[in-house]
Amino acid sequence: MKRKSPSKTARLTRRSFSAGLGAAGFVAGTAPFNIVRAQGAALKVGVLLPRSGVQAGIGQDCQRGVDITAGILKDLGLPALQIMNADTETNVETARARAEKLIGEGAQLLVGAFDSGQSSAIAQVAEQKGIPYVINIAAAPPITEQGYKFVFRNFPTAGMILRDAFVDQLQVFEITGGAPKTAVFMHVNDTFGMAMKGGIGAVMPKFNLPYKIVETIAYDPAARDLSVEISKAKATGADALLMVSRLNDAILLTRELVKQRWTPMTILSMGPGWYEDQYLKTLGKLSDGPLSFVPWYDPNKKLSKQLEAALAKTHAGVNLNVNHVYTFEALLIAADAYKRAGSTDPKALADAVRTTNIKDNVTIGPGIQFDAKGQNDKIVGGTIQNRGGKLITVAPKEAANGKPEWPLKPYDKRG
Amino acid sequence: MPADIYLNVAVGGVLTGLVYGLMALGLSVIFGVVRVVNFAHGEMMTIAMYIAVTLFSAFHLDPLLMLVPIAAVLFAFGYVLQAGMINAFITRPEHSQFLLLVALAIIIVNVLLILFGPDAQSVQTSYSFDSFQIGPLIVDATKAYAGIAAIVVALALFVFFRSTRVGTAIRACADNYTGALVVGLDVKHLYALTFGLGAACVGAAGVMLVLIVDVTPPLGPAYTLLAFVIVITGGLGSMPGALIGGLLIGLTEAMAGLLFTPSAKSMFAFAILVLVLLFRPQGIMGKRTTS
Repeated sequence: MKRKSPSKTARLTRRSFSAGLGAAGFVAGTAPFNIVRAQGAALKVGVLLPRSGVQAGIGQDCQRGVDITAGILKDLGLPALQIMNADTETNVETARARAEKLIGEGAQLLVGAFDSGQSSAIAQVAEQKGIPYVINIAAAPPITEQGYKFVFRNFPTAGMILRDAFVDQLQVFEITGGAPKTAVFMHVNDTFGMAMKGGIGAVMPKFNLPYKIVETIAYDPAARDLSVEISKAKATGADALLMVSRLNDAILLTRELVKQRWTPMTILSMGPGWYEDQYLKTLGKLSDGPLSFVPWYDPNKKLSKQLEAALAKTHAGVNLNVNHVYTFEALLIAADAYKRAGSTDPKALADAVRTTNIKDNVTIGPGIQFDAKGQNDKIVGGTIQNRGGKLITVAPKEAANGKPEWPLKPYDKRG
Repeated sequence: MPADIYLNVAVGGVLTGLVYGLMALGLSVIFGVVRVVNFAHGEMMTIAMYIAVTLFSAFHLDPLLMLVPIAAVLFAFGYVLQAGMINAFITRPEHSQFLLLVALAIIIVNVLLILFGPDAQSVQTSYSFDSFQIGPLIVDATKAYAGIAAIVVALALFVFFRSTRVGTAIRACADNYTGALVVGLDVKHLYALTFGLGAACVGAAGVMLVLIVDVTPPLGPAYTLLAFVIVITGGLGSMPGALIGGLLIGLTEAMAGLLFTPSAKSMFAFAILVLVLLFRPQGIMGKRTTS
């Protein structure tokens, strides 16, 4: 068999190739000035998440929220999004560099980045380049206090989280008819833990809570053994444990509670750890009972059920959580704004995001709207309780799908 | 604060300290004989921890039952490492040995990251949540088993070095390298045996520690540092010193957490190290050397 001569079969000559290359270069060179296109093409959304590094697990969990978005947006009649993934490597400087790169590669809107430090860096880039940025998760208040015009946050600030946590605590005590009189406050001594400690100290006195804090115990989130911490807490004889922790330490603390044969009346968690899937899977029946006061979703909303079904289909056995929900809503905001703007022009998109009014959403509260600072100040926090490997929303009443079980069932009577 | 809490915390600290001591014993044995500082010590321990986790998750094999087989695997790893790589560095400058073992440590951490990912992994045996109550004293069952196993392994090692011909030959190498060569001992083989024994010690410690703490690949460097603190406190090269150093650090961390603040536990361990370096630089059980 003879190989055909390329010179006789190829229609592409060197001259036509050069002309094509020149044309392609011209188009590429003028592309930044030609970003207003007819709708139909997908909006290019750069999704920045910590997919590696210390927060890799959380970043990958947020990615699950991205994975289930496309089908739901289609069902809602919203335009498609072209997702451009980027890894912040759990590093502020990398987050900044990746945001710049995404914009350079044609991203028309940015979403991310779970962490306040990384989100702040991305916000600076987005504002400088004039590209709309929707924050999925980040609670540090200053991000939306800078007068930015292109930065929007659909997540409660630390102050809002604490306010709602105490409001919900009072509601839980009212529903159950029981309340602790004393509590030990245990917190991680990292940036998040110390900020929460300061916030709790400032916000708590404004609420007429039935308990007083009898001991405060700070500990290293990387600690390998928390037996002394629990011994110290147990010795106070307090009714409740008020926690600000992370995942691994939440597991270690629960193990120590069991080993040291101490079941407080309740565990009130004001942060991550106690409701996460790994906590539930690792501890089984011993994970039941703690109450977590966190930004959450309304399980009774139609879109929540749709999201739960989509997640069950793609990631069986994974409970819908804050990471999935808020990442999904950030993309929902992007698609909704694109539909209304009818354009990829950054300013038109930013104006459309600013006038967002989504009533049919997932998170607790009346819906998604932004104030003049770009903050959704309508979000309401929720209270969830672990039961049999599932997460039941017990407060606020309007979003609850179950009543709180009270008090904590003794660890030695769980079979 | 009720009086029994001091007793509970002290017992917990002693039991944890025994496991720390066993881990440091391996480092001390290697340095005492081969005169090489194993900067990959904690990382080798995480290898043992991951083997225990894998055997438990795949075959439900209890880590305590797997202690001897896993220690044997680490022995083989240590022997091959010394015979195939470190022996060539024995006569080279110390910075070459340092770089070799630091490089090995980095490789181990990254291979474990590739194989097992960054998430913490643990072993939950039927006795993971058990504790013994003796009057007001509550003793964590896993810590008690780990502490007893640490004593047994350390005793076996002492007996080996004191009562066997190979153990005596290894001690001869440690005392007088040239003399050992002159009397016809196969020093390189004995060095490899010693490194293997040190690795087996840290392997056994890893198997016990996986009952108490969750394992992640970056755990290794933290335990390498802890092992150094212990052996320098106890006396570099001294076997009883390593155990005493482990007990002292375990107890100090526990009591400091109780009496001061738990987040400053490590600070007190390092404070002891500083005091030892200032007032007894050879360590608690170390011999003063003259240059």
